[in-house]
Amino acid sequence: MNRIAVTSEGPSLDDQVDPRFGRTAGFLVVDLETMDTEYIDNGRSQVMAQGAGIQAAEIIAQAGVSCLLTGYVGPKAFQALAAAGIKVGQNLEGLTVRQAVERFKSGQVEMAQTPNRAGR
Amino acid sequence: MIVAVASGKGGTGKTTVAASLATVWDGPVCAVDLDVEEPNLHLFLQPNLTGRETAYMTVPQVDEAKCTYCGACSELCQFKAISVINRLVLTFPEMCHGCGGCMAICPEKAITAGQRELGEISWGQAAGAGFLAGTLRIGEAMSPPLMRQVKARLNQQLAADGGDAIIDAPPGVSCPAVNAVLDSDAVLLVTEPTPFGVYDFKLAWEAFTPLNKPMGAVINRAGVGNDAIYRFCREQKLPILAEIPYDRAIAEAYARGRVIADVSAGLKQTFISLRDQVRDLASPGRAQEAVHA
Repeated sequence: MNRIAVTSEGPSLDDQVDPRFGRTAGFLVVDLETMDTEYIDNGRSQVMAQGAGIQAAEIIAQAGVSCLLTGYVGPKAFQALAAAGIKVGQNLEGLTVRQAVERFKSGQVEMAQTPNRAGR
Repeated sequence: MIVAVASGKGGTGKTTVAASLATVWDGPVCAVDLDVEEPNLHLFLQPNLTGRETAYMTVPQVDEAKCTYCGACSELCQFKAISVINRLVLTFPEMCHGCGGCMAICPEKAITAGQRELGEISWGQAAGAGFLAGTLRIGEAMSPPLMRQVKARLNQQLAADGGDAIIDAPPGVSCPAVNAVLDSDAVLLVTEPTPFGVYDFKLAWEAFTPLNKPMGAVINRAGVGNDAIYRFCREQKLPILAEIPYDRAIAEAYARGRVIADVSAGLKQTFISLRDQVRDLASPGRAQEAVHA
């Protein structure tokens, strides 16, 4: 079983990738073999004063995913994701979740070594 | 008695007024710089510093040998300064607000007190007045925790010598400014009679009014601008306790880092009068006693 999480503006594969990680609307967890999906709402992280990225990393670590596809990840969230052993594919905003997953499956998403957003 | 010298707008003359007030104070007094982000009261009072110490805030430190990764700390922390991910505990000391909740809730007592440097507290003597100041570490995001430690030292000192204190507060109307005036017996709001001064003065007045402390206005650079501040004070029944004229000699003394109460006998009298009025303001009973006496 190989599951990945994609930051998503909605619960379907045809929703847009949410460019934000910590304050994404939600996560679409996708089984890469069956393309079955599970949607995790992220409303709780959206209203946090700080630490939304860390909270989001906790949420997807609990969901047991091996990889995250998103737009931007800040340094603290990146550190938390690395600690959880979750690989990160960045700069995927502007695509639908389905397009991002297809791109990942065909090996065209490079795994990030560093965060692509400055921290606050 | 603690007098806080505050303002909404920066650069209205808080430090100028605080330094002069400390200089004319009769009786033991401590001048306290609580503008910890940009402390500069020392530039005017030129204290002889006799001590300094580094101030710290308590942040979590985890003994992973005791941790069972239950996640209670992570669940509690509103700021995600501590996070449990799988079988790992991450701490982000710079995000901690120092509440100590994680240490209290940990069932394994696996979290102990680590430290984050907040800045420095220094103290000494300045021409008859005591001196106390906080200096925030560059890069530190939170000033109230350092301010509270400066105030704790002040309270010890006041309990020991029974003196008064004059606090140079930071500008603004949010946590640091409110924190600086919170324990005072009276608040002096320093402003200038310009549209900018009046606008920020109103914000400060609104911010501090719910604290129910006696407040008075000091108008610096009197003679420029317009009369809006005078009208506002009249409408709100806010006493104007002193006016410092817009005057070249004052500007020159300020530019050289001098205490302006020393510029002329007239200015000295202005601050002596301010001292007596703020004292009455802080203890209304005293004014009535004087009337009856």
